[in-house]
Amino acid sequence: MSLAGYEVEVQQVGDGGLRTEEMTLNMGPQHPSTHGVLRFVVKADGEVMREAIPDVGYLHRSIEKISEKVGYHGFMPYTDRVDYVAAMFCNQGWAMVCEKLAGLAVPKRAEYCRVIAAELNRISSHLVSVGTMVLDIGAITPFFHAFREREKINDLLEELCGARLTYNYMRIGGVAWDLPPGFVERTLAFLDRFEPMLDEFDDLVSVNKIYVERCANVGVVSPEAAINYNLVGPNLRGSGIRYDVRRDEPYSVYPELEFNVPVATGELGTVGDSYARYWVRMREMEESARIVRQCFKQMPDGPVIAKVPRKFKPPAGDAYIRLESARGDMGWYAVSDGTEYPYRCKVRTGSFSAMSIIDKISRGLMLADLVTLIASLDVVAPEVDR
Amino acid sequence: MQAFLDRLIAQGYFRGVPTQVVYALGIVLAAALVIFVFVLIMAGVTTFIERRVWARIQSRVGPNRVGPQGAVQWLADGLKLLMKEDLVPVEADPRLFRLAPYVVVIGFLATFVVVPFSSRLIVADLNVGILYLTSVSSLVVLGILMAGWSSNNKWSLFGGIRAAAQIVSYEIPAALSIFPVILITGTLSMQSIIQAQGWAPWDWFVFHNPFTFLASLLLYTALLAEGNRTPFDLPEADTELVAGFVTEYSGTRYMFFFLVEWGNLYVISAIMVTLFLGGWQVPPVTDNAVVLNLLQFLVFFLKAYFGVLIAMWIRATLPRIRVDQLMTTCWKYLVPLSFLNLIGTAVWVVLFPNGSSVMEALMTLIGFGLVGYFVHRVRFHLRRSRAELTWSPFA
Repeated sequence: MSLAGYEVEVQQVGDGGLRTEEMTLNMGPQHPSTHGVLRFVVKADGEVMREAIPDVGYLHRSIEKISEKVGYHGFMPYTDRVDYVAAMFCNQGWAMVCEKLAGLAVPKRAEYCRVIAAELNRISSHLVSVGTMVLDIGAITPFFHAFREREKINDLLEELCGARLTYNYMRIGGVAWDLPPGFVERTLAFLDRFEPMLDEFDDLVSVNKIYVERCANVGVVSPEAAINYNLVGPNLRGSGIRYDVRRDEPYSVYPELEFNVPVATGELGTVGDSYARYWVRMREMEESARIVRQCFKQMPDGPVIAKVPRKFKPPAGDAYIRLESARGDMGWYAVSDGTEYPYRCKVRTGSFSAMSIIDKISRGLMLADLVTLIASLDVVAPEVDR
Repeated sequence: MQAFLDRLIAQGYFRGVPTQVVYALGIVLAAALVIFVFVLIMAGVTTFIERRVWARIQSRVGPNRVGPQGAVQWLADGLKLLMKEDLVPVEADPRLFRLAPYVVVIGFLATFVVVPFSSRLIVADLNVGILYLTSVSSLVVLGILMAGWSSNNKWSLFGGIRAAAQIVSYEIPAALSIFPVILITGTLSMQSIIQAQGWAPWDWFVFHNPFTFLASLLLYTALLAEGNRTPFDLPEADTELVAGFVTEYSGTRYMFFFLVEWGNLYVISAIMVTLFLGGWQVPPVTDNAVVLNLLQFLVFFLKAYFGVLIAMWIRATLPRIRVDQLMTTCWKYLVPLSFLNLIGTAVWVVLFPNGSSVMEALMTLIGFGLVGYFVHRVRFHLRRSRAELTWSPFA
């Protein structure tokens, strides 16, 4: 039969010749729950999906290529746009890879400033993730509660670096500014309020019968699949694998800090389901708050930036660093040819590998579960394409 | 009214038509106008109140620009929608597409024929009132299905099919939960059902016996599902189906769908109040019929609006359930429980033909105990999050 000019192959089912065909749905790039511009081509049999093929590339901005034209210092603001929900980590990644290229040592206080900013950013990023996940499942209020808390973190980070979303806070060799006066008190006051609010969020959402029914046992990623598909960060820990770059390949001042790495245990549902990933993010926010408190206690005085020449020319060679961003193990690779401009830069992000597993685990799920799955994998569109 | 019609007849406007028919038509027309205006204002104000209630729950301000505290925001929204271009997609079935909103509105407005406002204020006290109500409200499904199919959009189709499956399924527990009341009263007329109850809470059918108490909860759940309200708002699940069956609609037709959605809230609550919460019954405080009717109207309206507020609160709190869970909830839990209620009430009516005053007192106590516990929990949470509630986005 022909549909809108296209010939469609139709299957004959049963003796009566009842003709059925799979419905091809175009989900995105403009769809309310694709969190930006993602596209899925969904083959649906009624409400059940046969497959959902992700189509990436709608948000490609050639950020890696830009680095080759703007130089090492100049590339820092562009890194904000790699993952604008958690821009601090991209700042940190670029700073770290340049420092490794040049063999620079970073002052201790700068490292603490970086960790404080990054962990606050991790909290705000996870708040976006859990908030939008609950919104995608249909509850409106928790989304606003999460964003209310995020707003306060945005205020704090605005004090720190003058921007609320694209921070451009870190520099090669340190950070741009020291903590402003009163920042410690205001952050501690925020954390004092934030931790009880997390409990309230748990009361409102995490034990909600409908919410648990919607997330538990939906989109189960086995530990093997998680490793094979290269899942990282909360998605990997949601599958029950205790791996965190901060703990296993420590960078910055993380060895001096005490924190747990939450891993899903499958109390509600199974290990590796959407609920487990959500649960890991909730617990990680508590740990981040703990880390920030420790940083304030342990922070030494001193300069916040090393002496770095304005014309930054690292020796020829290459460097790869990894750090634990809000979406997991983020890799930065840079090749220097000894000039002012990087020869090549490459970012390895968690969202891209999370996209690739959707095709595998979405088979046989309901249409509504695809939305849950995308949200629980915390796919951020700009990070997929860069 | 009569004088006006008499003058028209005298001027020879209705030559050859019996006077009684003119009177009847005039009354029907007047009633239709009154009801339509009431529904328009009520549904509009409900949208505004819902947005403000949500805003309060969600630490936001909500619309507060148009009129005092944004009170005429709904009017501005309505005018905006009226002025929008009325688009019909090229690939859509234009006749069905244009017809669908009217079918929905007709199905919804027809329910108001039997919705009582006070002991005198009712368009028609049909002796099959509640049966009529459940029947005509099914017209809404037809309209939604038409809208979903004719849009020629896959998301709309999903919405329409979901709506049909959902509303048809939930008609069954809804009807089965109405039966216990009919068993007790032996009538289908809305006014007679209210007259069988009293003004005091222990005279209400919700506290008549344990089965009616359960039936009232089941009925409210089932009616929420029929009205496409959260947690059963699957037909227009915005994060899954873009906007469900209204995806392709714009302007006035879009407004009609939303008029029905918010107006339906009042109908749902009115059914609940009529069947279980004593309707318009007030203590006999005055002999003046006008004052008494106004008082009854006020009591009925406040009770019904309380139900509307609960629906808003539920919508602001609960996530949406999945389509298979929707069916599971209906067929595996609500329907068997409704049957249990039906049998239980039948046995109860045989055992206590005039109702058991001990059980009524006990049920009332339990009901008030539940309300007390709820208030206690609310106070607990208010204390815990006072700092958050006083937090202002403008500070």
